[in-house]
Amino acid sequence: MNKKLLSGNEALARGAWEAGVEVAAAYPGTPSTEILENVARYKEIYSEWSTNEKVALDVAIGAAYSGKRSMATMKHVGLNVASESLFYASYTGINAGLVIVTADDPGLHSSQNEQDNRHYAKFAKVPMLEPSDSQEAKEMVGACFELSEKFDTPVLLRTTTRTSHAKSIVDLGERKVSPKRAYEKNPPKYVMIPGYAKRRHPIVEERLIKLAEYAETCSFNKMEMGDTSLGIVATGPSYQYAKEVFPNASFLKLGMVWPLPKKLIADFASKVKRLIVIEELDPFFEENIRIMGIPAEGKNIFPLVDEFSPEVVRKSAHAAGLVDAPPIERAFDKGVLPMRPPVLCAGCGHRDVFWVLRKLKVTVNSDIGCYALGVMPPLTATDTIGAMGASIGVAAGMRRGGLDGSNVAVIGDSTFFHAGMPALANAIYNQTPITTIVVDNRTTGMTGHQGNPASGMTLHRDLHAEVDIAQVVRGMGIEEVVTVESRDLDEFESVVKKAIKSNKPAVVIAKTPCVFVTSHPRETYKIVEEDCNGCTMCFRIGCPAISKSEVMDEQHNRPKAVIDPVACVGCGLCYDVCARQAILEGALKQEASLVSHVS
Amino acid sequence: MTLTANFLLAGVGGQGTLLASDIVADVGMHLGADVKKSEVHGMSQRGGAVTSHVRWGETVSSPLCEKGAVDYFVAQEMLEALRWMEFLKPGGTLLLSVQQIIPTSTVYGNDLYPADERVISLVKQAAGKVLLIDAKKIAEELGNARVANSVLLGALSAQMEMTAEAWLEVIVARVPQKHVELNRKAFFVGREGNWLI
Repeated sequence: MNKKLLSGNEALARGAWEAGVEVAAAYPGTPSTEILENVARYKEIYSEWSTNEKVALDVAIGAAYSGKRSMATMKHVGLNVASESLFYASYTGINAGLVIVTADDPGLHSSQNEQDNRHYAKFAKVPMLEPSDSQEAKEMVGACFELSEKFDTPVLLRTTTRTSHAKSIVDLGERKVSPKRAYEKNPPKYVMIPGYAKRRHPIVEERLIKLAEYAETCSFNKMEMGDTSLGIVATGPSYQYAKEVFPNASFLKLGMVWPLPKKLIADFASKVKRLIVIEELDPFFEENIRIMGIPAEGKNIFPLVDEFSPEVVRKSAHAAGLVDAPPIERAFDKGVLPMRPPVLCAGCGHRDVFWVLRKLKVTVNSDIGCYALGVMPPLTATDTIGAMGASIGVAAGMRRGGLDGSNVAVIGDSTFFHAGMPALANAIYNQTPITTIVVDNRTTGMTGHQGNPASGMTLHRDLHAEVDIAQVVRGMGIEEVVTVESRDLDEFESVVKKAIKSNKPAVVIAKTPCVFVTSHPRETYKIVEEDCNGCTMCFRIGCPAISKSEVMDEQHNRPKAVIDPVACVGCGLCYDVCARQAILEGALKQEASLVSHVS
Repeated sequence: MTLTANFLLAGVGGQGTLLASDIVADVGMHLGADVKKSEVHGMSQRGGAVTSHVRWGETVSSPLCEKGAVDYFVAQEMLEALRWMEFLKPGGTLLLSVQQIIPTSTVYGNDLYPADERVISLVKQAAGKVLLIDAKKIAEELGNARVANSVLLGALSAQMEMTAEAWLEVIVARVPQKHVELNRKAFFVGREGNWLI
């Protein structure tokens, strides 16, 4: 038995290997990260973390031009970054197959929006497939490559968080590598100057017509006839939920999301009494089916926002009278429960940064990464977060928009290389006097501690030369670049104040090593119970290792603090903020225990 | 023993919820069931609530259980038990680990962590059976707090009237070699204890 329980992302990696992929590139981003991490385990495939999604896609496009099957993977918003390359690749076509995986995030489990990337297929005029479980995910990778080479087009493969992270049983196959397709110089195909691009556009339109014909017989578009009073069109996880809620209905499952099979849809519609579309996020199928002149319902019944689940589908279906049984409501009064949002880890160096910025009462234009959590109570230090690299541009804009000189941009090391550098160059070029704090924790933390140019650690955990942020910034023209350990609160505060006061574009590099990468030099800290009067100062740093003790301070009738010795990693911020010296400093660790955790 | 069952596992980032649910899924697959499992990770490492759904059946469509349809709910933490309780089906079985992990919102804010007595009284109203297991303490007494999940899985195997072998085979394959013996011990403490309240 060659079956294995795989997540959608693991299955996509396996599918890439079986399809003979030879080059794969990505920038980490939830829910897509594990695809490349699993691809990296196959030695036959060259794979890399690129600095951003556009670079990853360009690398994959170049490899496909040169004759090897290639893949780029990214989260949904990553495709925004890579979209310019998607659009030119649609015109040039490929040589060997090129597949781009976009992992969408309905429900915003770990994203800034819940955009529906099916629109990109229509927009860029390329085909898109979407699996609804791991087996399909694996099979579709191979099918996408065949499609890519047959029609000379990049192919999009869309998953969502649920498909990427859910596990189901997969039949494993063998690897098949197609013969290399030699690269031949062909400027009218590969050089998109206006004169050549103009000649490519009709080819793209003709390709789309042929792809639509192909979609009519694509084996991933399946009619499953049952009770014909209700016909359901669905794809991805929505199909699975709909099967649970409507076990007897007729289904048209569209594994090929774009272009749509017009005849197949018309045929299905003619066989059923009522046609409804069950799709997460936008009414993409619904609108395109209506454009065909076929009456379809969808968003009049099912929600436009948030992730679906079996009960979301059942609840909407019940409200519309489509099913008799409502979702099971288990009503019991549990009151309001404390939430458990993600927090900065105990000992996280970013906490020092936001503690100081909050104290300075500056406007903070922050960015995407673990340090986005600086907005959460009790630190609540952040004013804006939008997209990768947006911190610096927005900070410059706020300054030009009339804000006084006290706003700072906060950006991580990986994000700086991803999209921060052009914005910083812009601020220098236009002499916009903003202060940029690069919070350099030596890792891409939020997505699971991947390397980046600053750490020099590759996808395969090899250590290459580090790209030195201070030198990069100096080279850009920042005269005074100060690198500071943010753990030294006073020093960090004075450096930031000075940078703001300079009234010039300034950069502070705050060394905030991630606790998963580097240990703090001291052992666990401890509350001295008799000295603590429950003043709550250490509660305000939001450290998950500190909680309210059962022991009360009798004078003030409030709980004292207690430090969980297992959770505390000895950073010492609580010690620094305690006004009563009621915290006992941890002993210095033996040198041997200080080595970096990453090799 | 049946090969159709819905499981929910809930805990806090760092408690090993995902590994425990991988084991439940693998056991089902080894017995020949169709299996799906769903979880969301990404930010879970940073102290967030973690849930994992596992479904066994002849053919399983949705990887998510519906509210009110879970047969076995393994809660690794008191507050998380209460948070996800409505997933348990009427008459379903709750395996509740007596552990509190205090969210920071109760420290800097005014949120109150519910008292154990309140959690227990509420879950008893909603569940068919409640098994109260001090898995962390048992694991610590055995020598490693990390084997707490094997205690819970041992108790689950007994509730499902399944053989120990079906589970141990998977646990052995999934845990580091040097912890196999301790996990086996923990599994049997869970399996042989009488935890019903």
